[in-house]
Amino acid sequence: MSFLSKVLALVEKDFRAEFRTKEMLSVMLIFALLVVVIFGFAFNPTSQVTRKIFPGILWVAFFFAGVLGLNHSFTRERYNQALHGLMIAPVDRSALYFSKVLSNMAFMLIVELVATPVFLVFFDYSPAGRLPGLVSVVLLATFGFVAVGTFLAALAANTRTSQILLPILLFPVVVPVVIAAVQLTAATLAGSSTASFAAWLRVLVVYDIIFLVVPFLLFDYLLEV
Amino acid sequence: MRERGSWRLALGWLVALALVVSLYLVFVYAPTERTMGDIQRMFYWHVATAWNAFLAFFVVFVMSLLYLFTGSRRWDIVAVSSAEIGVMFTTLVLITGPLWARPVWGIWWTWDARLTTTLILWFIYVAYLVLRAAVEGREQQARFAAVFGIIGFVDVPIVYMSIHWWRGQHPEAVITTSGISLSPEMLVALIFSVLTFTALYAYLLLQRIAAERLADEVGKLKERARNA
Repeated sequence: MSFLSKVLALVEKDFRAEFRTKEMLSVMLIFALLVVVIFGFAFNPTSQVTRKIFPGILWVAFFFAGVLGLNHSFTRERYNQALHGLMIAPVDRSALYFSKVLSNMAFMLIVELVATPVFLVFFDYSPAGRLPGLVSVVLLATFGFVAVGTFLAALAANTRTSQILLPILLFPVVVPVVIAAVQLTAATLAGSSTASFAAWLRVLVVYDIIFLVVPFLLFDYLLEV
Repeated sequence: MRERGSWRLALGWLVALALVVSLYLVFVYAPTERTMGDIQRMFYWHVATAWNAFLAFFVVFVMSLLYLFTGSRRWDIVAVSSAEIGVMFTTLVLITGPLWARPVWGIWWTWDARLTTTLILWFIYVAYLVLRAAVEGREQQARFAAVFGIIGFVDVPIVYMSIHWWRGQHPEAVITTSGISLSPEMLVALIFSVLTFTALYAYLLLQRIAAERLADEVGKLKERARNA
């Protein structure tokens, strides 16, 4: 079996486990919608100011929902010693990391895909930009968040306070993604692609690469027994 | 062990003396800054603590790498000691900064790159300490902390650059330059303060390492008593 097919087999395992119950996806999705409803109450959803901060609201909802998913991705492997089973599987440890990144990414994208139209309706927001720009921004930002998030989730899963620890480990580290995602989304939704657009895109790409390579190098140290 | 302890004691007294001298330089020797007035005297210890906070976190990063390569508890002890002192220094920076900013800039806080990065740095290393407390088993604790120590440090330049560009889009920030032209007396006070605080950092680090070693020792003795 090649490395890629091993990774894909592991991703398939995650998908099968998830779609049997859909418990994580449904919680993530409902939570993301709830965040937006709460924002709707906290700020007047029809005012001009709220429309300005709409990209920020969108990403807060995605990132918070994402943390829920990341938390679950490794803690659920603790039942029935599933993580130990994965560790003695004849695959490289990095295959485990990449597969978790891919499945977490897929789950987050599903949530984003379903939730975004609802947000647009709730806030009566008509986007002006072109779709490919928005899609690339969402992909790059979600990937950066998930790449480092998956790694820290694996780290947090082996601690006493796993579920509450992950957000405080993750959010300080992921600050560049938060800034870049909101800036880029604001620019694409408004339909203005300025010079800074390329610069922010570069920040995301650099972040994505660094936080794919560094966890890949360090992942072995997380799963030693 | 006793021999080393007395050296630490001597260093401690030396640092105490240097701090007194530094106070003299800051409050008496250095002239009053023309536009900011006396509040500018905050600058000397502010810079000294900031520099040592960054130094402390750099030490955490290096020790984390050394730990992962060698697996020796020795490096982990230095890493945790340095992280604690770094968080303390960063806290001081975050307190003295706004105290200085308020009278001079008219605001307690501005989201400029240096300030905000320092705040994020504080969050990262507080998380580092919380993580340590949440992991069971010495060996695993050290390994996880080392991994997070590396991730956190690698992140800092990206955080700085992204906040820098983020603020760059809001030109209403007037306070980009803290460009104080230093007189020679001021420079002397600054350099002396920075050196003094670096010595203070070294002293605290040695003390903290010694305390951690003693804790290990006590753990071993307890273990032996239980098995006897």
